[in-house]
Amino acid sequence: MPSLAVEDVSLRFHLKGGREVTALDDVSLTVRDREFAVIVGPSGCGKSSLLRMAAGLQRPSAGTIRLDDRVITAPGRDRGMVFQSYTLFPWLSVRKNVAFGPSLAGAPEAERTRIANEFIRLVGLTGFEDAYPRQLSGGMMQRVALARALANDPAVLLMDEPFGALDSQTRSLMQELLLSVWELTHKTVLFVTHDVDEAILLGDRVFVMTAQPGRIKAEIAIDLPRPRQVDAFGSERFIGYKREIHALIRTEARKAIDH
Amino acid sequence: MTARLRDYFVPKEEIPARVYLTVSILAGVVVVGLWCLLTYGGLVRTDFLPPPHRVFATAGKLINDGSLLKHTIASVTVILVGFVLSSLVAVPIGIISGSFKVVEAFVEPIVNFTRYLPVSALIPLLILWVGIGMEEKIAVIIIGTFFQQILMVADVSAQVPKDLLDASYTLGASRRQVITRVLLPAVLPGVIDTLRVTMGLAWTYLVVAELVGAFQGLGYLIMSSMRGLATDIIFVAIITIGLLGLFFDQLFKLLRRVVVPWATVR
Repeated sequence: MPSLAVEDVSLRFHLKGGREVTALDDVSLTVRDREFAVIVGPSGCGKSSLLRMAAGLQRPSAGTIRLDDRVITAPGRDRGMVFQSYTLFPWLSVRKNVAFGPSLAGAPEAERTRIANEFIRLVGLTGFEDAYPRQLSGGMMQRVALARALANDPAVLLMDEPFGALDSQTRSLMQELLLSVWELTHKTVLFVTHDVDEAILLGDRVFVMTAQPGRIKAEIAIDLPRPRQVDAFGSERFIGYKREIHALIRTEARKAIDH
Repeated sequence: MTARLRDYFVPKEEIPARVYLTVSILAGVVVVGLWCLLTYGGLVRTDFLPPPHRVFATAGKLINDGSLLKHTIASVTVILVGFVLSSLVAVPIGIISGSFKVVEAFVEPIVNFTRYLPVSALIPLLILWVGIGMEEKIAVIIIGTFFQQILMVADVSAQVPKDLLDASYTLGASRRQVITRVLLPAVLPGVIDTLRVTMGLAWTYLVVAELVGAFQGLGYLIMSSMRGLATDIIFVAIITIGLLGLFFDQLFKLLRRVVVPWATVR
């Protein structure tokens, strides 16, 4: 039962001159098995740091993060990650990019190709197997990055604003693609974004974070029927969630101004 | 016509390949034309600036008696041996120094101290340590390129996005795999670019290298021709160096296209 548990995690660092900054203050949350969890918050609230700590790329100052009761201390293939920046290996074809994880693990050639082709098809890039990253658009590169992360069959998929660098039309297409991929794979996902619409559209649960210090302000279960489509944006319930989350963020922002 | 000419003077705009080639050829024509004008027009003394036909005649003579080839081989040998030895050591140090702060902390002070020293200032020491034979000439080339290579390769290595390495870790790469399968291929285009630039740098140290104890080489040919005011020979040597430079530059460009076809051209 893969579940990701963040327990009392704090992150502090020192600025030049010695002033201590608390980026994350005592954050706890649990992502359940096969759940799509979203963290939404303004930039600087530490949501990306939290994700990097779940990946094992960064250590918390205090607290622990567990995957199935094992404390996370280092990166590993059980936690796949998709970054906001384009992280494809430019010297590898699409197929070899997707097969990179299995090839690190020593999978035989035939097996690697089979896995790569399967996930390339899943993200709708059949026909581009032999293309190189520089020949692809931003949206296509992120689809390859998603396929590459899934090819390792991770227990948890971590996504750090993966569509943040894309134009709005492409972003909307990518959200739709991610929804359909998730319907097929039902991975446990922790997704980070600052886009409230995106959070509601994708998530089973949305954690609303506030900045300085980064805290979980609220946890909202999104009770929208699945499979979801991008046109869910117009529904009354969707707008209700949106109003609720925006209100939470606004109160917090006003508090920050009053201080 | 005026409207079209104006189109070619838009900042950073592409121009048709044919126009580009024409202008490039025009550059050669302008230089040679100016040379003809100055010499045949009687504007300068011909023993200071020899006219084209005399340079060509001298070139023909030096080619026929085999001496140009001999000097060229001597210089190319010195450059290549020095350049290859320097690169073999500098490239790995640069890659490591650019990606490991510990190594950077050790290497950078040494490099920054050394790279400002004029190579010619070290010649007396080099003569003392390695003599005046071919080793001394190779040593000059090495000193001239080595520290710049470390610095430039370190920069290439430092430019590799950290997210690329982080992505590899999350895909299950060990530290060793991140270095061999991600960092090394990622720096390859930049390393080839560095080699191309520093190859040019190595050639600029040729005359300095052949200043002392040389009896052959293009740099030697230039210095020894000065005594007899044989400016035509100097010109032949200079043009030869220029053509060799052009040749090696194209070679590295070709190497880049063949070895790293996936990389975007800078």
